[in-house]
Amino acid sequence: MVTPAQAPTLDLVTRFPEGVVADEREGYEGYLVAADKLVEVATALRDEFGFDYLSSVSGVDYIAEEMLEVVYHAYKTIGGPGLVFKVQVARKKAEVPSLMDVYPGVDFQEREAWDLMGINFLGHPDLRRILLWEGFEGHPLRKDWKEAYYEADVKPFKSRWPEGNFFRSEEKATYQANVQYPDKFDPEKWVPEGEDALYGALAKYEDVDNTGLKTDHITINLGPQHPSTHGVFRIATILDGETIVSLKPVMGYLHRNHEKIGERNTYLQNMPFTDRLDYLSSMSNNFGYALAVEKLMNIEVPERAEYIRVIMAEMTRVQNHLFAIGMFLNDIGAFFTPSLYAIEERELVLDIFEIVSGSRMMCNYFRFGGLARDLPAGSLEMIKGLAFERLPRRVDEMDRFLSDNEILRSRCVGQGVLSAEDAIKYAAAGPMLRASGVPYDIRRADPYSIYDRFDFDVAVRYNGDIYDRYIIRMDEIRQSLRIIQQAVEQIPEGPIQTGKPQYQVRVPAGEAYGRVEGPKGELGFYVVSDGKPNPYRYHVRAPSFINLTAFGPMCTGLKIADVVAVLGSIDIVLGETDR
Amino acid sequence: MYGKGILKGLGVTLKRFVNTYLEDIKWLGKRYYTAEGIAHRSSKNANGIFTIQYPEEKLPVPEEFRYIPFLVFDEGEDGAEIIRCTSCGICAKVCPPQCIWIVRSNDPKTGRPIPDPAEFVIDVDICMNCGLCAEYCPFDAIKMDHDYEIASYGRTVFDKEQLMKSATYYDEIRPINNSIEEAARKAKEEAKAAMAAARAEKAAKAAEEN
Repeated sequence: MVTPAQAPTLDLVTRFPEGVVADEREGYEGYLVAADKLVEVATALRDEFGFDYLSSVSGVDYIAEEMLEVVYHAYKTIGGPGLVFKVQVARKKAEVPSLMDVYPGVDFQEREAWDLMGINFLGHPDLRRILLWEGFEGHPLRKDWKEAYYEADVKPFKSRWPEGNFFRSEEKATYQANVQYPDKFDPEKWVPEGEDALYGALAKYEDVDNTGLKTDHITINLGPQHPSTHGVFRIATILDGETIVSLKPVMGYLHRNHEKIGERNTYLQNMPFTDRLDYLSSMSNNFGYALAVEKLMNIEVPERAEYIRVIMAEMTRVQNHLFAIGMFLNDIGAFFTPSLYAIEERELVLDIFEIVSGSRMMCNYFRFGGLARDLPAGSLEMIKGLAFERLPRRVDEMDRFLSDNEILRSRCVGQGVLSAEDAIKYAAAGPMLRASGVPYDIRRADPYSIYDRFDFDVAVRYNGDIYDRYIIRMDEIRQSLRIIQQAVEQIPEGPIQTGKPQYQVRVPAGEAYGRVEGPKGELGFYVVSDGKPNPYRYHVRAPSFINLTAFGPMCTGLKIADVVAVLGSIDIVLGETDR
Repeated sequence: MYGKGILKGLGVTLKRFVNTYLEDIKWLGKRYYTAEGIAHRSSKNANGIFTIQYPEEKLPVPEEFRYIPFLVFDEGEDGAEIIRCTSCGICAKVCPPQCIWIVRSNDPKTGRPIPDPAEFVIDVDICMNCGLCAEYCPFDAIKMDHDYEIASYGRTVFDKEQLMKSATYYDEIRPINNSIEEAARKAKEEAKAAMAAARAEKAAKAAEEN
C-alpha cells in the first residue's frame, strides 16, 4: 500500500479514463463510476489513494430518470475531507457488484439498501432483508411504494386545514387493514423461511469425531427479549460447546422507516424526528441533520449559536458515555450501583437540557442557521458548575470505583479484541474505532462547526479489547469537559439565528452529507434536495447500526457469556439501529 | 495486592452510604418534602441520596419545559373568552406528526372565512411535544403546557373547549416569555398606531390642501 503522503493527488478520471466521470449535476459532487468498474475503482481507492474507510452506503431512487443510484462515502483514517462516488443503474434491473471483498464494512449497509431500496448487490454472501421481515412486499424507499395508511406524498396534509374534520388514524387504518401482503399471501399459514436463511448463513464448523462421541451444532438465540440488548434485539449463534463459532445479529424489531417518514416531512419537521434516532443523544442528532441541511442551504451560523451547539453536543457525549458505562456494568453483572451512580450525573446534564430546550431527551433544539432559543438566564452558570466542579470530581470517583476492580478487569481485559485493521475494515466508528488504536475523530480529522478552536486530545487506546472500549469512554468524558470548559469561557454575546426564524426553508437542489462525531461514532445525514419543501432523499448513517458489523467477528471464539459484555461495550441504541 | 481494586470501589459506595446520613443530620429533617431540600438534592451540590419521592414531592419544571399545547384566550371585561387563534393554520402546517386539525369558520352573512376557529382538535396521543406549533405561531395563540399528569386509560383527543386556557395561566407558567411577548406586541401595536396616525395626518393635510 502506498503511504498516504506519497499518494497521488486524487484524479480518478485520469486514473480510470473509461468508466469514471465527474458528477457534474448542479449541486452534486464526486464521481460516477460504471457498475462493471466499481470493484476495480474501489480497490484502487483503498490501496492507491488511501481511502481506507468506507463510511456510508446509501441508495437514491431517481424515479423520473428511471434509475437507482448507489452513493458511497469514503474517507482516509489519517484525516481530511471525504470522497463521494456513485453508481447508477436502471431501476428495472438494479444490480451492482458488492464491495464486500474490498470493504467488508458494507455488509449491513448493502443488506439495508437491498431491503429498503431493492438494489441487488451481486456477490454479497448473505443478501437478506435486514430491517424488514421476510414476508414483506416491495422495497419501501422506492418512490412508487406507498404504505397502507398512505395519505399524501408529502406533509402538510391537506386534510388538516382549513376543513380539518378530525378522524382518528386508527379509524382509517383499522386492525389488519394497516398492513400489506403480497398477492395470495396468508399470514396465518405462512411458515417463516427467513429463519432457515438466517441459520443457514451462520458458519458451520467441522465435526471432528475422534472420540467416538456424536457431536452436533447447537444453535442458540439470545433475544429478541433479552435484558442485555437494551431493547428488542436478537443474536443468533452457532456454538461448539460454549464457544461461539458464528454469530449474526438480527434487528429491525423497532423499525419504523425513519427515512420514508423523513421524505414525507418538510425539512424542519424532520428535526424532532431525529431526536428519536439515538434517543440518548438527541442534541448530536440535531447537530448532524442541521449541518447537512445548512450545507445545502449554504448558510452560516452565528458565533454564539456555534458555541452553544458545541457545549450541547459535548454535554450529550458526557451523559451518553456515563449511561453507556453504567449500562455496560449492568450487563456484566454489577447490578445497578454503577449505573445509578452514572445516571445521577446524567440527570444533572439532562436538567440543563430541559432548562435550555424544554425537554430532557427529545430536545429538538437546533434550527437551520441557529438554535430554537438562546440560553435562559442562569443556565450558563449551571453548566459552569457542572463542567468545572461536579463532573470532573464525579468522573474521577467513577474511575476509582470501577477501573481497578479485579472482577471487571478479568471479565474485560483481552476479551473481544478488535484489531485496528479490522476496525477500519468493518467501518467501526467512534469510541470503538479509537479503542482499537485508530486516532480518528471527526472533530479533529475533518473539523466541523468551531471544533478547530478548542484544545483537546483525541482519546485513543491500543488494545481494542472490552476494557479499552470501557476506559476510552472515561477519557472522552474528560476531553469533552475540557471542551465545555473552554467554550463557556469564550462564548460571545450575539444573535443565535441567521435571518428570521422560518418554518418553511428554501433549500436549493443538490446533495449534502453532514457528519458529526456523535457519542457512538460517525453520525451522518445524506440529504438530497430537488428544490421542493421536502427532502427528496434523506438517509441516516447510523453508528449503532454499522458498529454491529464487527460484532460477529469480534465474538467468534469467545464464550457465549462474553457476548453480552462485547455487546455492552459497543453501546448500541435500538432506536438508531433499527430506525 | 489482588482485591485492592474491589476494596477501593467498596470504599466509594461506603462513602456514598454514609454521606446520605451526614446530609440528613446537617439538614435536620428539612432535606425532604421542602422546596429547598428538593432544590438542593437536584443541584450540583447534591450529596448522598438524591431521589425525589414522587408524587409526594415534585420537581419544579423549568419555564421552557414543554408538554401538550394549549390555546391561549384573553379575558374580556365581562368574563368573555377572547381566543387569540385566527385559524391561519400555520401550526397545523408545521406540525411534524400532523396531529392538529382546524376547521375555519365562515361569516354566516357573507360566507367569507373569519379569523376564529370553528373547531380545533389536537390528537394528544399522536402529539410528539416538539413545540414547533408554539414556536411558529405569529399570534402567541398556541403555547406549550406544563401539566404533565394527563395519563388516562382511553384515547386522549382534546377539542377546542379542553384546549382553552387563560392568558393569566400562561403568565403563571411562563412569566419571562410572556413579558417578552407582551412587550413585542405592545411595540407592534404602537408602531401600528403611529403609522395610522401619520397616515391620518397626511390624509388631513391632503384634504386641507384640496
